[in-house]
Amino acid sequence: MIRFLLRRIVTMGVTLLIISALVFFIIKLPPGDFLSNQIAELRAQGESASIAKAEFLIKQYGLDKPAWQQYLVWIGVMPGPNGFSGLLQGDWGWSFEYDKPVVDVIGDALWLTLLVNFAAVIFIHVVSIPIAIYSATRQYSIGDYLATFIGYIGLATPSFLLALILLYYMNRWFGVSIGGLYDAQYAGEPWTWAKMQSLLSHLLVPTIVIGLGGTAAMIRRMRANLLDELGKQYYVTAKAKGLGPTKALLKYPFRMSLNPFIADIGNLLPHLVSGSVLVSLVLSLPTVGPILLSALKSQDQFLAGFILMFVAVLTVVGMLVSDLLLAGLDPRIRMGGGR
Amino acid sequence: MEAPLLSVRELTVDFNTDAGNFRAVNGLTLDIPKGKTVALVGESGSGKSVTAQAILQILSKKARITSGSIVFNDPRGGAAIDIASLPPESDAMHALRGGRIAMIFQEPMTSLSPLHTIGDQISEALMIHSDVDQAKANQSTMDVLARVGFPDPKRALKTYPFELSGGLRQRAMIAMALITRPALLIADEPTTALDVTTQAQILDLIKELQVETGMSVLLITHDLGVVANVADEVVVMYRGRIMEAGSRENIFRNAQHAYLQALMRAVPRFAMEENERLTPIREVTSSTLASANAPERVQPKGPILKAEHLTKCFTLRSGWFSGKAQDIRAVSEVDLALPAGKTLGLVGESGCGKTTVSKIIMRALNPNSGRVLFDDGTGPKDVHKLEGDALTAYRRSVQFIFQDPFSSLNPRMTVYELLTEPLRIHDIGTSDERYERVKQLLDMVGLDQRSLRRYPHSFSGGQRQRLGIARALALEPRVLLCDEPVSALDVSVQAQVLNLLKDLQSALGLSYLFVSHNLAVVDYIADTIAVMCRGYIVEEAPKSSLFRNPVHPYTQALLAAVPDPDIDRPLDFAKLRTGRFSQPSEWPEPFRIKPGEFGLMKEIEPGHKVRVGHLTAQEAA
Repeated sequence: MIRFLLRRIVTMGVTLLIISALVFFIIKLPPGDFLSNQIAELRAQGESASIAKAEFLIKQYGLDKPAWQQYLVWIGVMPGPNGFSGLLQGDWGWSFEYDKPVVDVIGDALWLTLLVNFAAVIFIHVVSIPIAIYSATRQYSIGDYLATFIGYIGLATPSFLLALILLYYMNRWFGVSIGGLYDAQYAGEPWTWAKMQSLLSHLLVPTIVIGLGGTAAMIRRMRANLLDELGKQYYVTAKAKGLGPTKALLKYPFRMSLNPFIADIGNLLPHLVSGSVLVSLVLSLPTVGPILLSALKSQDQFLAGFILMFVAVLTVVGMLVSDLLLAGLDPRIRMGGGR
Repeated sequence: MEAPLLSVRELTVDFNTDAGNFRAVNGLTLDIPKGKTVALVGESGSGKSVTAQAILQILSKKARITSGSIVFNDPRGGAAIDIASLPPESDAMHALRGGRIAMIFQEPMTSLSPLHTIGDQISEALMIHSDVDQAKANQSTMDVLARVGFPDPKRALKTYPFELSGGLRQRAMIAMALITRPALLIADEPTTALDVTTQAQILDLIKELQVETGMSVLLITHDLGVVANVADEVVVMYRGRIMEAGSRENIFRNAQHAYLQALMRAVPRFAMEENERLTPIREVTSSTLASANAPERVQPKGPILKAEHLTKCFTLRSGWFSGKAQDIRAVSEVDLALPAGKTLGLVGESGCGKTTVSKIIMRALNPNSGRVLFDDGTGPKDVHKLEGDALTAYRRSVQFIFQDPFSSLNPRMTVYELLTEPLRIHDIGTSDERYERVKQLLDMVGLDQRSLRRYPHSFSGGQRQRLGIARALALEPRVLLCDEPVSALDVSVQAQVLNLLKDLQSALGLSYLFVSHNLAVVDYIADTIAVMCRGYIVEEAPKSSLFRNPVHPYTQALLAAVPDPDIDRPLDFAKLRTGRFSQPSEWPEPFRIKPGEFGLMKEIEPGHKVRVGHLTAQEAA
């Protein structure tokens, strides 16, 4: 077990290293960068004070050095102007566009993103699992067709359109203010009870909008998995033992049909951060998605690099977590030979 | 007269399918007396399993009981209950199911949930039906596990089904069925998926438990040998109707109905005459096979296929958390020789290495040492050193017939595509020539030309197996490797396929390596038989001398364990009970082989060789 973990952690480290190199060099690929573009602009305007600052930043972040050296400084294995100070040391770099450290730009947005998407994931599971069980146990019934039909509508509706419609009616009927994750008056305020309440009421629309898109797919997959398992012999055995229908279903086939979803956690985690960019833009949610988009557009290299690395870390960790969970839940994986 | 435990009257079960109503059970009437075993015999599709499911009310959603009654007289007292009139999910039905009537199934692997320990699954059955806590239930579970023969019941509580052998899994199933002390045990093909020696032990166990608890058994099987050994009464079903019913004596001594007589003639037996032919219920007819001539080819002087000192090891990792690697020797020093135009039977229980040998011969696996020689008339060549054209020629000459006729045919290809695929791969003939060849092949295996455009799913198991044979014959091979070609088939169809293979051999001059666990089948088709155990060939002889004079203890055990459909030759359960026949280190001298040794083949009469242990080999030298 410990050897397995150690081996996995080492491979995770190597994977992340490769990803970090790819991320850095791909961001660097287009000619120019945020600062040199800005300096060119400032020179044209002749503001010497700003030019001095920009040149200070270039020195500070070694932007005049070759790309591979910048990379090594960024991840923190080569001393920069301030000694070792990179991702490994917890220094996430400077955002040129916002003129702030990356930590301050991302900070709130990161956990609000996690909150919104986590709520959406919960919503997807809470809605789709009961529907899937219903459709699978009553295959080809009217209810099954109805659930499938509604699910498909959810899948086919563009989420931004649904977002706009919902926003309009929520505002008209319930007076919920439009956009953002809390009312404008709370921006920059400390977290008070009132701000929390405002947050919760604003959370409703994004959760439903982001969630509905995933619900249909989830129902279909869960239903198909469950149908496969319902045909298995051990379910007949459970019924032949005298188990009631609900208990027999939940203890045996349902439990078996969960495995693919646990295996999916690795994919789900990064989605929590990078997913739902479009909806966030439409609803003007202060989440990471739009920030990443603009950072990539303006070649704000440390900000974009950090977000991408964060997603990569989540992916790798998610894979490990799902592997461990699977091993915990399925004895065949725990004890079976990996031939 | 005492009322029977269960009496079924005029039971009818209908299936609602897209193609309309289908009557699976049609006016079935039978009685199961207290403490007796009733065998329900028939081919697949005869409605015997549906009857069992109707008794427990666990029919699939498409099926329902349309008329008739199933009256259960509980020996514990209480009024008689008509099961057919109870709703399937009523409390009364839940109490009966698993509590008073329990069931075991054919596939012990799939019938147990792989995610739960067997302790959990067995104690659950008890806790549903009686008011006990988990600790008490565990205690009872350990008792019943010990009773059905688990060596360490305490550890068994915490084991998962996939950690157990097929025999132990079926014992766990029996424990689960019997922990509630039911009055009736329904056993649906309980031993079909098991090896013969394990089958004998399981049958013995069911018999013993029956004597102990006084329960009745409804045994569903297609194996007349099993019926002859354990049943008190026999009911023969065909297409949902009862053809014949009576006591075992009556049925076996004096079969009246033509169907039953035909069924009995279709089973291979040991006491068959040299040239006696099985009579399938539906014979395959081919217009051209009788006149077909073997292609003119140079015949090899020696055997066409020869294996020398084959050894194959597999590395087994015991789970990825521990990471310990373990070497398992699957095949040890195997020598085989297949003469041209003859059949060599390779017999052994599951896991003895017989499939590995056939895969090495096919070049799907490389041996760790030893070699395979193939002689197409130009002298023997090492198969594993062939390259280029010589390898392609070898692939053409040696074809494979698989065990499972359902998964070995691609469901998305028509019969025409399936049969021409080998020709296309080897780039033989124009499309017109291929069409002619396919028509000829279909006729050889007795299938209609109209089936060319159909897909495999519209054929029965036997027809599919014949398609598999036709595909193997497409390239005019010289050797067919048959890996358990009939073990997935019903007895009636089995006879048909065996006869077809025999006819093809004499018409086309084919050589067969016939791998099977069924001694009677091998006896019917093979000229020479090699018995395999734990990777060793333990005995090899022409079939007459092997059955007349089996020398090796493992061969003897294997022969003793085959249930013969002849009530004058019952199984000797007492002898089989003692047995650890498949442990080379526990064989009596001079056969004992210590771990790490190979022993030696010793010829005891012409062509009859037996493996003896190291000590004896030294003495002989």
